[in-house]
Amino acid sequence: MERVFMKGCQAIAEAAIRAGCRFFAGYPITPQNEIPEYFSRRLPEVGGVFLQGESETASAAMLYGAGATGIRAMTSSSSCGISLMSEAIGWMAGACIPVVICNVSRGGPGIGSIQPSQQDYFQATKASGNGGFRMLVFAPSTVQEAVDMTYRAFDLAQKYKYPVYILTDGFTGEMMEPVVLPPMRSEEFLAAERKANEAWAVRGRGGAPKAHKIRCGTRFGVRCPLEQKNKEDWEMYERWKKDEIEYETDGTEDAELIITAYGISARIARSAVSILRKEGYKVGFIRPIKIHPFPEIAYEQLDYSRLRGILCAEMSIPPQFTYDVEAVVRKRAPIGTCLRSGGEIIERSAIIEAAKKLYGAK
Amino acid sequence: MKKIYARPKGLYRNINGYCPGCLHSAAGKIIMSVLEEMDLLDRTAMVDGVGCCANNDNYMDLDAIGTPHGRACATASAIKRCSPETIVITYQGDGDLASIGLAETMMAANRGDNITVFFINNANYGMTGGQMAPTTLLDMKTTTTPFGRNPKEHGYPMDMCKILSALRGPSYIARVTCIDVPNVRKARQAVKDALQHQVDGKGFSMVEFVSNCPTNWGLTPLESLKFVKERMLAEYPLGVYRNL
Repeated sequence: MERVFMKGCQAIAEAAIRAGCRFFAGYPITPQNEIPEYFSRRLPEVGGVFLQGESETASAAMLYGAGATGIRAMTSSSSCGISLMSEAIGWMAGACIPVVICNVSRGGPGIGSIQPSQQDYFQATKASGNGGFRMLVFAPSTVQEAVDMTYRAFDLAQKYKYPVYILTDGFTGEMMEPVVLPPMRSEEFLAAERKANEAWAVRGRGGAPKAHKIRCGTRFGVRCPLEQKNKEDWEMYERWKKDEIEYETDGTEDAELIITAYGISARIARSAVSILRKEGYKVGFIRPIKIHPFPEIAYEQLDYSRLRGILCAEMSIPPQFTYDVEAVVRKRAPIGTCLRSGGEIIERSAIIEAAKKLYGAK
Repeated sequence: MKKIYARPKGLYRNINGYCPGCLHSAAGKIIMSVLEEMDLLDRTAMVDGVGCCANNDNYMDLDAIGTPHGRACATASAIKRCSPETIVITYQGDGDLASIGLAETMMAANRGDNITVFFINNANYGMTGGQMAPTTLLDMKTTTTPFGRNPKEHGYPMDMCKILSALRGPSYIARVTCIDVPNVRKARQAVKDALQHQVDGKGFSMVEFVSNCPTNWGLTPLESLKFVKERMLAEYPLGVYRNL
């Protein structure tokens, strides 16, 4: 196993290459510039294609074209850039194209700030474009997780023939940490996958009995009525609730207070939890690893008779993740928040303070 | 008996849904017959723009991908780079190519991406009911210029062949029309030349078809051909603008 010291953005790009990504298109925006920069020198080494788009809108349309040829492909951007990409992201969901999209998010709305933020939660999990589609959304809290999730995202995109989304932030993207890099996918593996994808890819029909048609309302290169496609997508989203839920819990069994967070806030919250435990507070921890599908089960399993409250920590004002927690808790316990926004980082001491306040409130 | 004309092999045997007299079907027929002649049908991927152009999917027996409005050149560039052996063509209208997709068109041309663009210029947004396009002629009435296109308010018709010819990236640019038999022959040659540029790996090629829209122009098919000849061609001169 190879252990290296890498910046989050570069580690994401290297993990993608190792997962077999052979196309990247993107447009400069802070704080994710190291991703396109890394790809621009690394992709030619593995026979891949790097394209700097004229805009995020064009870059996402390029990704759509690349994905439609059946190769592993990716783009990245940040917040307002992702908004510009939402056009083609919707098309890729509409046309069932397996690609990976990474949002190294920053403050908002609009151009917001270039500092890290978690203000794209709703956009990532509920409305990444028009038409009500959903994606699998990973939320890494360390550079190592960003690497592992990027690697897995490509496999899941291929498994479901659907875009997969990684929601990270400028904190994780710009931070340097030691990481263990995954093995390089073999050329044989990738060639076999490309071969299999020829069943639907648009590359010239090459003697296939029927031409492949890719557009919104197609599945595997064949057109189908839009409502049928919507229903099939919905069925897939429902299957994800069984097969793709991922979360982490710690000490929830005897907890009197739960601290819950995702992504980089979860990393800060986790350390607040361990300090509170040392001080004698019975605090449990829940972290969604994927934020879509939302791990409702983690909150359903709680013993609400013991709970003094649930504290949601996120870098978004107004809160967003908190609403998903409220929706599953359904007033069975008081919900508190510890929030920062607009590029301000959440502090461990603030989480501890908010937790103690909620603990004593009952 | 010698067969001198037949339905191009790549066209499905169904009736096209274009309006009576619309020259979209002529352009489509030319493109498909040239692809057949050059033996490229099996290698071609067509990238459709949004609007009437997207109908092609129903008529052309080619691998095809529909793109977001205006993004055809971006998607086509990526397909070509990921699959260089594929012949990649786009088929776009004036709103798609010259308005919402102007950046994508210009930048693909400027990069010299090895794709072939077929641009159907009928001076209005046909599918949506005839609104002003970047190519709408001065004084021409559309549903959003009910008193005629006024340059002070709406700007001037955009000549995409000239605009793209200002770039160093494109390798072939021509403007044709299908209003009569001699012009159909010239159009066929231009399509062939453009595709040959792609086959030879020379870079970006484009053929603009100066076309008609009898329905939204409020003219009969024959009157619309006269309008193309007298008004459209005065603004959009035919010819080969670039041939490297």
